Amino acid sequence: MDLLTDFVGELRSAGIPVSLTESLDAHASLSAIGVENRSLMREALAAALVKNASHRVVFDTAFEVFFGLTSPDGETSNQIESDAVSDESPNLMGQKGQGKSKGTGAGSGYSPEELAEMLYNALLNGDQDRLRQAAQNAVSAYAGMEPGRPVGGTYYLYRTLRNLDLDSLLKRLINGIRSKDSKSPEADAIEERLNREEAQARIEKFKKEIEEEIRRRLVADRGRKAMAKTLRKPLPEDIDVMHASREEMVQLKHAIAPLARKLASRLAMRRRHKRKGPLDWRATMRASLAMGGVPAEPKFKHPRQAKPDIVILSDISGSVASFARFTLQLVYALSGQFSRVRSFVFIDGIDEVTSFFETSDDVMHALHRINTEADVMWLDGHSDYGHAFTEFWGRWPDAIGARTSVLVLGDARNNYHATQSWVLEEIAQKAKHLYWLNPEPKAYWGSGDSVVGEYGSFCDGVHEVRTLRQLEKFVGSLD
Amino acid sequence: MKEDLEDANGTVRFQSVDDVKDKLASALYLSNDSIAATVYLADRLGKPVLVEGPAGTGKTELAKAVAIATGARLIRLQCYEGLDESKALYEWNYRKQLLRIQAQKVSDEIGGASQTWSEVEEDIFSEEFLLTRPLLEAIRAQDKVVLLIDEVDRVEIETEALLLEILSDYQVSIPELGTIVASQIPMVFLTSNNTRELSEALKRRCLFLHIDYPDIERERQIVESRVPGIKTELIDQIVRLVNSIRQMELKKKPSVSETLDWARTLLVLGISSIDSNSAKDTLSLLLKYQSDIDKASKELST
Repeated sequence: MDLLTDFVGELRSAGIPVSLTESLDAHASLSAIGVENRSLMREALAAALVKNASHRVVFDTAFEVFFGLTSPDGETSNQIESDAVSDESPNLMGQKGQGKSKGTGAGSGYSPEELAEMLYNALLNGDQDRLRQAAQNAVSAYAGMEPGRPVGGTYYLYRTLRNLDLDSLLKRLINGIRSKDSKSPEADAIEERLNREEAQARIEKFKKEIEEEIRRRLVADRGRKAMAKTLRKPLPEDIDVMHASREEMVQLKHAIAPLARKLASRLAMRRRHKRKGPLDWRATMRASLAMGGVPAEPKFKHPRQAKPDIVILSDISGSVASFARFTLQLVYALSGQFSRVRSFVFIDGIDEVTSFFETSDDVMHALHRINTEADVMWLDGHSDYGHAFTEFWGRWPDAIGARTSVLVLGDARNNYHATQSWVLEEIAQKAKHLYWLNPEPKAYWGSGDSVVGEYGSFCDGVHEVRTLRQLEKFVGSLD
Repeated sequence: MKEDLEDANGTVRFQSVDDVKDKLASALYLSNDSIAATVYLADRLGKPVLVEGPAGTGKTELAKAVAIATGARLIRLQCYEGLDESKALYEWNYRKQLLRIQAQKVSDEIGGASQTWSEVEEDIFSEEFLLTRPLLEAIRAQDKVVLLIDEVDRVEIETEALLLEILSDYQVSIPELGTIVASQIPMVFLTSNNTRELSEALKRRCLFLHIDYPDIERERQIVESRVPGIKTELIDQIVRLVNSIRQMELKKKPSVSETLDWARTLLVLGISSIDSNSAKDTLSLLLKYQSDIDKASKELST
């Protein structure tokens, strides 16, 4: 039970809000469901503790670290846990061929060919147990883990995967599945695709097994709390967009659609409920009929609020490109909530890309076109905010009206060019609002070639926007 | 207090997690570990379950299946914007109240039994003049009930507060009548399509269950149980293909019910094995947007 308390503590430090009631619920769930079946136990804890589906990844990682050492077969007791620790340690020492790790037979006494063959067979038959065994052997053979060495799990993972050559394995696997499954030699295109996906899914699964195995051994080596800290993953809404890994980018991509949906309904709802208008006589009379003509329930008109008009100026140079993509994607997902959205992208030249979004249903497609077609280079392809702003003001002076909110996205790293901040001053005077969103941490603002301070003095607000949470907060406040 | 109630009535609906699985399966609902564990806990801890997930993955279906499995009556509250107390909880039947007052007047005039105003007032605010709405009905029910609060994310955040008293204490306070406490704890399911963040207070009171699209194995079983007479090879193909389509970036991914529709159609058309052509011809059953259909058929033929 102490373990559970620690576990809740870990979830809290990872950013999942767990209240006292929920923690009590978790204890109650455990005593109701028992600890015999690890999968059930995980689900029970998740039901009590995690109230947001996107937090599940973080929860699962923490769960593996805290309760993962118990063998998957379902035997759990501290006795076995400590056995497992002492059993795994010889492997960690790298005593090849000698250390008999628990349940795997000879730990790493296989030649690379044998190992590859074993892995291939396990993958081909989709055999869960054999796959785990293969993962254990692969880790023993290739990861070269040493106790106490202060490197992260990713390093070991990389070493193991590099030695396994999964790409050629994938090809072999596709062929293998094809010859095993299909009765007719000329397989249909669809069948072909399905086989390929099946093979990829199995390889992915194997990678997960390896990751888990490495984690298990690291935990055994360094203890739970220490590992929980190093393995802790940020919640999707807290991922730093500028420094996201590829895996995190995928998470972000999935997170943005529901976020947009939520924001859209919130904006729409706020617009509707903001203020009550004058008395609506017709509706009041109609309602009074039910009360025998007594107007007991006055009805009011809802004034139609003007939707905001948005102009986005976005820096898409390398340093902030991914951030610009996310913001554009989010704003366009919300475009129904704005009366008009016009977007311009720049590096040192500037180009309008509104039509890319209007002609295409698919935001990703539009973003791709921006990268290939927009004419944003003027001299050397290094950000020049001053030139881009002047050009914008010269070519599209009518883009900005009295109801327009202007968003500028960028880190304001101007490569020591002239800032031309008078343009921003004029824009600020003409537009309703001018906001600057900066994906850099606040601490770096104004250092080096960053001129955000100078530009910022003309804006209604300069916001640090590094994560989806911050972006959500900002967009939610737009009106 | 909750446990006292439970013991007194002996309302343990499920013996174990496996029991949940079996009973749900007999109601033609195929569960998995997470669903069965959560339902079991909801029964044991006496807590409501908040079910979340993409459309068409069987959230509402789960509540129905639990009702069938436990032999309970299903009371359903469909949420929508503008739902208020008088639609969800209770309402005074003012027409009847007016009549009652007028009747009193008449009886006074013809010299019948005379009542003081306070007597009349007490009378018209009694249970006889109360119209029960789903939530109150679930609380007052004497028989076994399952309460389903559907699409709770559609109500405004202020209206959510209405649910809190019921969800945590299983009681309803009516100013004129006092507090009505549940005679038995009903199983409560709330479903949400996640169009907005629900309030912390609501989430805290519930167990959380996220139902995603089923994995290949589970979907295979679902098709098998719901579409009788279909061949195993065809199911295999259907399920894998649907799974593959769900990996694409689409506006709306095919739901389980659409998989079932597709399977039934293929069965009716007498197609025993799907190839590129038959897949393309019937894609419109799976996907509801033209752009999605175009995209999927393009990807499938490469």
